[in-house]
Amino acid sequence: MTESSHRAPLSDVQLRVRALESLLTEKGVVNRETLDGIVDHYENKVGPHIGAAIVARAWTDPEFKARLLEDASATLAEQGYTGIEGSHMVVVENTDAIHNLVVCTLCSCYPWPVLGLPPNWYKSTPYRAKAVRDPRGLLREFGLELPEETAVRVWDSNAEIRYLVLPKRPEGTENMSEAELQEIVTRDSMVGTGQATLEQ
Amino acid sequence: MNGIHDIGGMDNIGPVNIEKDEPVFHEDWESRVYAMTLATMGAGIFVTDEVRYMTETIPPADYLTFKYYEKWLYSLERMMLQKNMVTPEELESGEVSAPELTAGIEAASLERMAYGMKNRMPVFVDADIPPRFKAGDAIVTRNINPLHHTRIPRYIRGRRGVVEMDHGIFLLPDTNAHGGPDKPQHVYSVRFSARELWGEDAPANDSLYIDLFDDYMDPDK
Repeated sequence: MTESSHRAPLSDVQLRVRALESLLTEKGVVNRETLDGIVDHYENKVGPHIGAAIVARAWTDPEFKARLLEDASATLAEQGYTGIEGSHMVVVENTDAIHNLVVCTLCSCYPWPVLGLPPNWYKSTPYRAKAVRDPRGLLREFGLELPEETAVRVWDSNAEIRYLVLPKRPEGTENMSEAELQEIVTRDSMVGTGQATLEQ
Repeated sequence: MNGIHDIGGMDNIGPVNIEKDEPVFHEDWESRVYAMTLATMGAGIFVTDEVRYMTETIPPADYLTFKYYEKWLYSLERMMLQKNMVTPEELESGEVSAPELTAGIEAASLERMAYGMKNRMPVFVDADIPPRFKAGDAIVTRNINPLHHTRIPRYIRGRRGVVEMDHGIFLLPDTNAHGGPDKPQHVYSVRFSARELWGEDAPANDSLYIDLFDDYMDPDK
């Protein structure tokens, strides 16, 4: 927190949150250690780096990739990448012919254990409204223009199944190590709003 | 409920605001609301479907203007009231005046939450219930407009699709959000062509996949 925000009066929302936390803590409904641990986990432990490691391994290990596409839930759980909002996973593969895009039109469902918490744009009404109606127009807002012959597949994750896009491995990466490949896998490429590229 | 949350397919909502190098939480209060919601669910006070429905009841103008975690705060406050964990006076003042309400409640420990954050959770139901459909089946979605919680969005109702895969058995959110009765049934990924949903102007090769419960569809005869 900055100096100035310390001096600024608390907003109505901040006051409500303080009141609620103090109330629920004192009433024994939550405890601070648990709350701090949850925040630490989602703020510092999980994030797109996990998905990037999974993708880089899938790019370099055909047997792993086959299992990932066949049974993502079990394959990811073996690696320790499972839990709340990611117990039932499906991995969909982007190719020259197919581009997959993930959305949750009804709320903000997202695969927490492999990507962490979603960015604001993913949870926003413009993204949710447009992803199903005009995915190509939406992708142009992200700077991605898809050829007409590429089939777009949109996945509305409205139930308890969570989706991870396996991006296409870019050309010119044949000699890169798994660790180097991880660096070019972006969050957006695993949601389908971007592609993994060498120029970033 | 045909609420504002069911926004898939609506036009003129505005451009997507993409923030570069966005932090996980923008302000401390957001992380506290997030953690309190998970921890109260971890204590067994309510389930995800219930809090999703609560969020759907936010008045439309507020739904469109609230910050994301403001919606969570709205829903958490109201869940705590609905489950009789707090009184309106306590919520207003932040001072405990009805300690007896939570006498039997045990706060979720960090160990319990950490287990849930790292282990496969039983979101699916282990039961012997036959599927109504199999991969390749042609289906038509039901035109239903319930006032309660549902996970069949408007844009997919009354449309023809093909079952792609069977995900297994889950609890129907329509009853799970409202205290039951439990309706465990199969959930399938179903493919619809973009043209079936949006007409002949949509690209011929594009398609939409959505996860649908047995109760949301019928065979397409």
